[in-house]
Amino acid sequence: MKRARIAWAGAVHDAIERDGRLELLTPGFKGRLLDFGDVVWLPPLGDMPPHRPRTVLALAINYADHAKELAFKPPEEPLAFAKGAASLIGHRAFTVRPDGVQNMHYECELAVVIGREARHVKRGDAYDFVRGYTVANDYAIRDYLENWYRPNLRVKNRDTCTPIGPWLVDAADVPNPMKLRLSTTVNGQVTQQGNTADMVFDVPTLIEYFSSFMTLYPGDLILTGTPDGVVDCPVGSHVVCEIEGIGALENTIIEETGRQRPSDKREQL
Amino acid sequence: MSAALRWLPQGTVYGALLNFRREWDLWAPQMTEAPYKAAPQAPVLYIKTANTFAPCGAAIAVPDEVDVGVTLGLVIGGFEEKLPPALAESAQAATKKEAGGLHRIAGCVLLNDLSRPHASYYRPPIKFRNRDGFLGCGPVLQAVPDLSTLALELRINGTLAQRIELSTLVRDAATLLRDVSEFTTLQAGDVLMLGTDCLPDGTRPRAKSGDRIEIRAPGFAPLVHTLIEERAT
Repeated sequence: MKRARIAWAGAVHDAIERDGRLELLTPGFKGRLLDFGDVVWLPPLGDMPPHRPRTVLALAINYADHAKELAFKPPEEPLAFAKGAASLIGHRAFTVRPDGVQNMHYECELAVVIGREARHVKRGDAYDFVRGYTVANDYAIRDYLENWYRPNLRVKNRDTCTPIGPWLVDAADVPNPMKLRLSTTVNGQVTQQGNTADMVFDVPTLIEYFSSFMTLYPGDLILTGTPDGVVDCPVGSHVVCEIEGIGALENTIIEETGRQRPSDKREQL
Repeated sequence: MSAALRWLPQGTVYGALLNFRREWDLWAPQMTEAPYKAAPQAPVLYIKTANTFAPCGAAIAVPDEVDVGVTLGLVIGGFEEKLPPALAESAQAATKKEAGGLHRIAGCVLLNDLSRPHASYYRPPIKFRNRDGFLGCGPVLQAVPDLSTLALELRINGTLAQRIELSTLVRDAATLLRDVSEFTTLQAGDVLMLGTDCLPDGTRPRAKSGDRIEIRAPGFAPLVHTLIEERAT
């Protein structure tokens, strides 16, 4: 099942995909169908309990080809950093490109949503702890890279810079998450292609690694890194990150000044 | 006080590296060398994830020796809270404009930002800083005092191990808030830790299982916890 979280009619609703439309799960509107264009898409994630903000872990250079592209040798253990959940935004949203930057690129990533408390999980059991999968676009602004706790938070923890969605796809509906095609298009041109089979550290290995020293909780996220093919995205770029069977996450780059939205948004979508 | 009533963060907890002048000065000669190649421009930040939160009084499991990181956390408030007068003045000086656009502060807490010792600051420190229980949290949220004169004291097994003067921050609270806000909007409940100081030799106070950690500051309820051995699995 594909699950979404949307804003519509002044409130937030959980919904599922039904024949190319959204079916609301909210009791008062149960069964109502909405078109994709009639709602505001939010990150397809539930609320976290008090005192447990969502842990968002992300991988750097976790595809062999991306490591080559960035002139690094693949790491010997997962190269991970944490992000604040406040940088997450939904499908069909806007991401701000700061004035004057030279290289801001998308990163299409398979995002793993944890479903059960995970501590000292062995690789072979790891899939039992997965709630589902979604698509994340972990934008980076390379102008701000510094070699201190790199990739540093100014590059990776920016408001609006982590679109995620549109769907949370139940783990049961993804028989092999380690063999999914990924692709990104910018204004309709394919710029990135890869396959989750090429991850340096696969999903079970990552869950084993993290849970060996930190407890993962339901709702926590692991963004598993991006393959080869990242390009600079100027203002106005319509960026679509797609993972086979998971979803196509759309995002539009807007300028910082005045935080204006492009007037041609509807046409681009 | 029951454990359930002890303060814990509600939001994302950010820490700032190299934010005390002593450590900055010790690092300065190698900042331009590989792999760093240049002194940091933006605040060097990291996140303490929810699994690290440990209430006051907790027994925190450690694998071996840990660095004790005494710090003060500013807790971001909602619309109803204002910037405390002392901070507002400093914020105005830092931004040369009205502090009203800056974050509102709900209060502050003593924190023990534990880490496994790591000599390199090149790569993100998840496995050093984000182990379960590695953020000891003060018992209650308190009003923000004048930070320019505040000193924090660390005692390990009753012996004074470190005294931290917040007047020696590289970025003071208002400046750090401003510089972090340049790219991340801190939300109500988020915590911004001001940084941890090192000892004169550049190391941090070390502690091990069996040790009792006590962090005090004038006007603050003390943060106390013990370290225990991590069970083998």
